[in-house]
Amino acid sequence: MSEAVKSIVLIGVGGQGTILVSNVLTSALVAAGYDVKMSEIHGMAQRGGSVSTQIRYGQKVYSPLIGAGEADLLLAFERMEAVRGAAYLKEDALIIVNDYAIVPPPVASGKASYPDNCIEALSNKFKVISFNAARVAEELGNSRVMNVVLLGAMAEVLQLDSLDWDTALKENVPELFIETNQKAFKRGRELARSEEKAYEA
Amino acid sequence: MKRLMSGNEAVARGLYEAGVKLASAYPGTPSTEIIENLNQYDSVYSEWAPNEKVAVEVAYGASIAGVRSVAIMKHVGLNVAADPIFNAVYDGVEGGFVIISADDPSMHSSQNEQDNRHYARAAKMPMFEPSDSQECLDMIREAFEVSERFDTPVFFRMTTRICHSKSLVEPGDVLEIEAIPYKKNPAKYISSPGNAMVHRPLLEQRLLALADYSDKSEFNRVEINNTNFGVIASGISVQIAREVFPSDYSFLSLAFTYPLPKKLIHSFAEQVDEIYVLEEVDPFMEEQIKALGIEVRGKDIFPKMFELNPAIVRECLRGEKQELSDLDVDMVARPPSLCPGCPHRGFFYSIRKKKKAVIAGDIGCYTLGGSEPLSAIDSVICMGAGFSAAMGMSKAFELSGEDKVVFGVVGDSTFFHSGITGAIEIIYNKGRVIPVVLDNSTTSMTGQQDNPGTGRTLSGEIAEKISIEAIFRAVGYEKVITVDPQDLTAMEAAIDEAIDSDQTCAMIVRRPCVLLKNVEHDFKLCEVDRDLCTSCRRCLQVGCMAIYYVDDKAYIDPGLCTGCTVCMQVCNFDAIHIVE
Repeated sequence: MSEAVKSIVLIGVGGQGTILVSNVLTSALVAAGYDVKMSEIHGMAQRGGSVSTQIRYGQKVYSPLIGAGEADLLLAFERMEAVRGAAYLKEDALIIVNDYAIVPPPVASGKASYPDNCIEALSNKFKVISFNAARVAEELGNSRVMNVVLLGAMAEVLQLDSLDWDTALKENVPELFIETNQKAFKRGRELARSEEKAYEA
Repeated sequence: MKRLMSGNEAVARGLYEAGVKLASAYPGTPSTEIIENLNQYDSVYSEWAPNEKVAVEVAYGASIAGVRSVAIMKHVGLNVAADPIFNAVYDGVEGGFVIISADDPSMHSSQNEQDNRHYARAAKMPMFEPSDSQECLDMIREAFEVSERFDTPVFFRMTTRICHSKSLVEPGDVLEIEAIPYKKNPAKYISSPGNAMVHRPLLEQRLLALADYSDKSEFNRVEINNTNFGVIASGISVQIAREVFPSDYSFLSLAFTYPLPKKLIHSFAEQVDEIYVLEEVDPFMEEQIKALGIEVRGKDIFPKMFELNPAIVRECLRGEKQELSDLDVDMVARPPSLCPGCPHRGFFYSIRKKKKAVIAGDIGCYTLGGSEPLSAIDSVICMGAGFSAAMGMSKAFELSGEDKVVFGVVGDSTFFHSGITGAIEIIYNKGRVIPVVLDNSTTSMTGQQDNPGTGRTLSGEIAEKISIEAIFRAVGYEKVITVDPQDLTAMEAAIDEAIDSDQTCAMIVRRPCVLLKNVEHDFKLCEVDRDLCTSCRRCLQVGCMAIYYVDDKAYIDPGLCTGCTVCMQVCNFDAIHIVE
């Protein structure tokens, strides 16, 4: 086990299932013997606000909180939220972003327009893996497994071979939906792998 | 085996282990999940109280009667509950009695960031401040020991990042605590001036004994690694200090923070030259340490407001500001808004058309009726102020001669919490106010908890469903109008009827919250006919996330729409219809 503490930020919009993803990740980490701390903000989240979860793991973790410029990885469930979350990132950090937009209220009411250069701007500064996980989930026949597609992508880039992802998934997903979730996880892994290869090439 | 638990889960587990028999709470972020988790243990009677003051009184009554008890609330709830707490400290306890308050630095879900540690000092009650989930469990157990040993209520102060952060916890054994046989003791439990005068000097003696405990408590930990530099911290700041300061600094990590361990602090200061005090929000420890004649660095370098994190502390210490790359993206805020299908929308959309209306709002989801584009609320102060502040406004308009119609707007849970007294005030003092209860049959903002109007208790038992109509009638309202806000025509007619009425009039706007799981909702789906849409943007005025413009015409997101038809009803061109 590496001594250095790793910091991951998950960001999205209320209702996108960020909590499930952080639960799967943290239970897999705990089972593998890591010290883990996780911090989340609920509150107004259900009403379409921005939500984020911070996860830190390593041999010994003190602060559950990640400040600006401190995270190693950002998993963004929404395009513009990825830009918001980028403030947490270290210079050489990696972003996995769901290439998917949820219209915020000021855009819905015609007071503002949704920025059209999110992924391009992120790519100028960070290493970015992006794909439309919503579409992938729909192809799998259940739009709700979008979060697990993203989880699969994160599992791929974290390269934590000692983690038993399947058990962690089973612990956190209702039995009825486990098969679709397993497929979504696998698909996310594959997508991240091919994206990473494209990067290297 | 160690388990990953939030502070709230760990406290619940600790309460169970400590042999607590009764728990009473009012929902409030970030404290809500404590009693929701405690509810799984059959050995504890857990309940939602109508408000925090009731919760404290119920729990204290149980303590007097001989069992371990706890009252749980968010920080502002303690303002409501302060009265019984100050007196309970004078009188002491039988069964251990703990009051849990969850503060919200940075105001993630609150209207202020008051630092409730001041309450411990003001009421002269001992205080614990855990720094992670394991300490939450261990200290809540210890809090009951302290309560019974020193004959005092104990204050347990948490913050959002303690409540909602998860860390590893080793659960302990469950204590077998026998109830103390009841003995009538009027000299102890009647708060009269005569008894209080006897209790007052005893309270000072108790504080001295507690100060001694504080110096010796295993929860106040000294670690001398360095005679040049040291840090004193409490709560979440203990973890942040460990993260930021070099590991060869000296640390004084405090978790029993009132009374402060003065001898321990003196001894630390004698061994360490330069000391930093790291604490969130107010300089609670710093001022008391300076009063001991010890020079420390604190709020002169660290922020006085908002929560801390390692990056902020590092920047204060070393001026290492992380250069944030400007991504050159025009960001749009994502403020919380009423959910698609929210029953409050129909009321706010209708009332905002009344130009003479002044609306005193209250705390709950419906506070969002004050946001754009609905912008229908004039003021929000605190739980219950919807009715009583409206009363003051109406009297002021009467005195000044301004032509206004004043509405007071509260939710169902808020009505039972502290709206009823305002409703009485309006009748008693002849106010020209129309009190409105937005009854969505739940306490929604905190996650759909039950309340006296829902017909169910915390444990899911069927309860008396207390009628809001009957209460209004009983306190003297001659006309009580009940209306479904989803029917905009009926909603507007009801508002007009209330305004035009010569009788005293109250209104109940009733439809269940769309997030409620135990209700059969008549969800449908609406859709826009692009050929009929004239791009007038009137539908955007309902402020629904599910409707927005795509290629200059209205579009309804089928993933979000619940088919409430409010946008359909406001469209003048029949461009929106229900999908059959």
